Amino acid sequence: MTEKIGKKSKGPLGGFKAPVIPRPVVVGLSAVILGLIAGAILMGLTGNNPFEGYQYLFKGGLMSVERIGDTLATATPLILTGLSVAFAFRTGLFNIGASGQMLFGGFLATAVALSWTALPRPVLLLCILLAGIFGGALWGLVPGLLKALFNVHEVVCTIMMNWIAYWTIYYQIPKYFKGAFLETESAKIADAASLKAPWLTNLFDGSYVNYGLFLGIFAMIIVSIILNKTVLGFELKSAGFNRHASEYAGMKVNRNIVLSMCIAGGLAGLGGVTLYTGYAGNIQIGVLPSQGFDGIAVALLAANSPIGVFASALFFGMLHSGKGFMNAMTNVPPEIGDTIIATIIYFAATSVLIERVLDKIKSKRRGDK
Amino acid sequence: MWDIVRSIFPYAIAYTIPLLITALGGLFSERSGVVNIGLEGMMVVGSFTSALTISSLYPIMGNSAIWVGLLASMVLTALFSLLHAFASINLNANQIISGTAINMIAGALTVFFARNITGSGNIRIVTGLLRKNIPLLHRIPIIGKLFFTQTYATTWLVLLILLISWYVLYKTPFGLRLRACGEHPQAADAAGVNVYFMRYLGVSISGAFAGLGGAVILVTYSGEFNGSVAGLGFLALASLIFGQWKPLGILASTFFFGFASTVANVSQVVPALSNIPGLILKAFPYVVTLIALVLFSRRSQAPRAIGEPFDQGKR
Repeated sequence: MTEKIGKKSKGPLGGFKAPVIPRPVVVGLSAVILGLIAGAILMGLTGNNPFEGYQYLFKGGLMSVERIGDTLATATPLILTGLSVAFAFRTGLFNIGASGQMLFGGFLATAVALSWTALPRPVLLLCILLAGIFGGALWGLVPGLLKALFNVHEVVCTIMMNWIAYWTIYYQIPKYFKGAFLETESAKIADAASLKAPWLTNLFDGSYVNYGLFLGIFAMIIVSIILNKTVLGFELKSAGFNRHASEYAGMKVNRNIVLSMCIAGGLAGLGGVTLYTGYAGNIQIGVLPSQGFDGIAVALLAANSPIGVFASALFFGMLHSGKGFMNAMTNVPPEIGDTIIATIIYFAATSVLIERVLDKIKSKRRGDK
Repeated sequence: MWDIVRSIFPYAIAYTIPLLITALGGLFSERSGVVNIGLEGMMVVGSFTSALTISSLYPIMGNSAIWVGLLASMVLTALFSLLHAFASINLNANQIISGTAINMIAGALTVFFARNITGSGNIRIVTGLLRKNIPLLHRIPIIGKLFFTQTYATTWLVLLILLISWYVLYKTPFGLRLRACGEHPQAADAAGVNVYFMRYLGVSISGAFAGLGGAVILVTYSGEFNGSVAGLGFLALASLIFGQWKPLGILASTFFFGFASTVANVSQVVPALSNIPGLILKAFPYVVTLIALVLFSRRSQAPRAIGEPFDQGKR
């Protein structure tokens, strides 16, 4: 899977020297377009005007500085979960547990934010971040260890870990951090203990955007450096391409698997920090955060490249932040956003289909010459 | 203790049955060689279809609308599962990603339609199935009280399907061929079995069964479609693994998980159980599955070719 996506088009076009768009970008964009078409068809089927729907969807995400800020804030957890899934993918691991990792990381971060309020803000924020990363990494460590030691498939294992996190939060939040009004959420995190940044909020006309965005960008750069410029990154990718060859070459594949799952978990945990202590301001029980699963879509669409993750997270963030406005202005239910995202994953998963069509177009062109 | 067991037993069975039928569906798909983590989404589609069918047919047909709803959910979910089949069988897509996409499409699309229909995104049905005592059998001491009182008709339907499935998988040529496609598709192909067709069949049976599972939840204990089945599809997947891809193993593991979940659900109101933290009871099935995965890892009974796209030229 990763091999195919990672492969660059060689473009044997002879003397033709037009700027060749890399194949993964073409495939990704095609999946997006197909997803948007599917969304349009659905809107049409339910008696709505697709053009009007999309107009409000994009307006809702982009029409003012505040809304652009909200789009960035919505995209922030997606950047981190997308990086988490993409990072594991490069090592040949499928991290479907980003949801549980961000939930547990977010839980620890929330616990710190609600308990250690006496600390000065920078120290407190640092503790919150570390708690989130630790929680996520712990939730990634278990599948990594089981995979390395017992060859247990990480997909099944991370699914189980998701639900263990779900029930842990379900019972521990009401027990220790019950909210003032609702049984189903934790107490509100004080502004000083959250990632909220008044200057950013003012800059974006009162939007939700917060320090989490910088965490996302920072993480993207770090992941990019690890994957492309370090020995560790090389070994991780090598294990993803061919585990046995890497072992034969003397790399410690098992250690790398554990490490990769921990880093992936840590990234997702950080995503949980930005979601619960930045965007939301408290933690809800009885919900597996959908951002964890959207992260799969983000990574897939990005062909697992960190910069691509950033771009596709922004796109999905826009869909998510625009759908409310669209729902207010038209009769289209907000779930159209999720439907479009799900359809895009499906088309990205079946990229073979798109590639076949592209190959056909290419060979036709060559035939004409 | 006996009183507690007796009083929660009907609930445990009601909770087990949708798990059982869904895991059984997963069995057909995975035995044919296609991983199906889309069970959760397929259950959601089943639940949606039956809710829609029953709520719209009930004024015309009365109670028989329920059975039409169950049938409709099987047919429609089987069709829906073809999306997964097409991606994993024809397009060699990563089956796990395709399954994830199935889960997400199901969750979003059904609520999207439900909102268009009812406005709120929830669909209520007027009445579900009634619990009935089985004549004569319910008077047998002990067993009668546990198994034959206050039962749903769907329970017996699903147990019948379990029996038939066992027979079909192990005692018919079709079952042998299906299992061969999951163990060594090249060998099956050489013996003249159409691997693609068998896998399509496996996936659509899993869709039909998972759809039935979702519908059973609706007509027995939930009574309302709300866009989710609360992770039961994943629990069914866990039972499939814990039951080591065998019908009777699945029966045992789903009952075990169903009972554990029911104990967790009622532990608040039963004094004898309220000492056990809910977290332990709820997380129990998942932790047990992890332990089982480790214990079975050396001699796992998982189909050999599971998750691999069929490549005719491979040896």
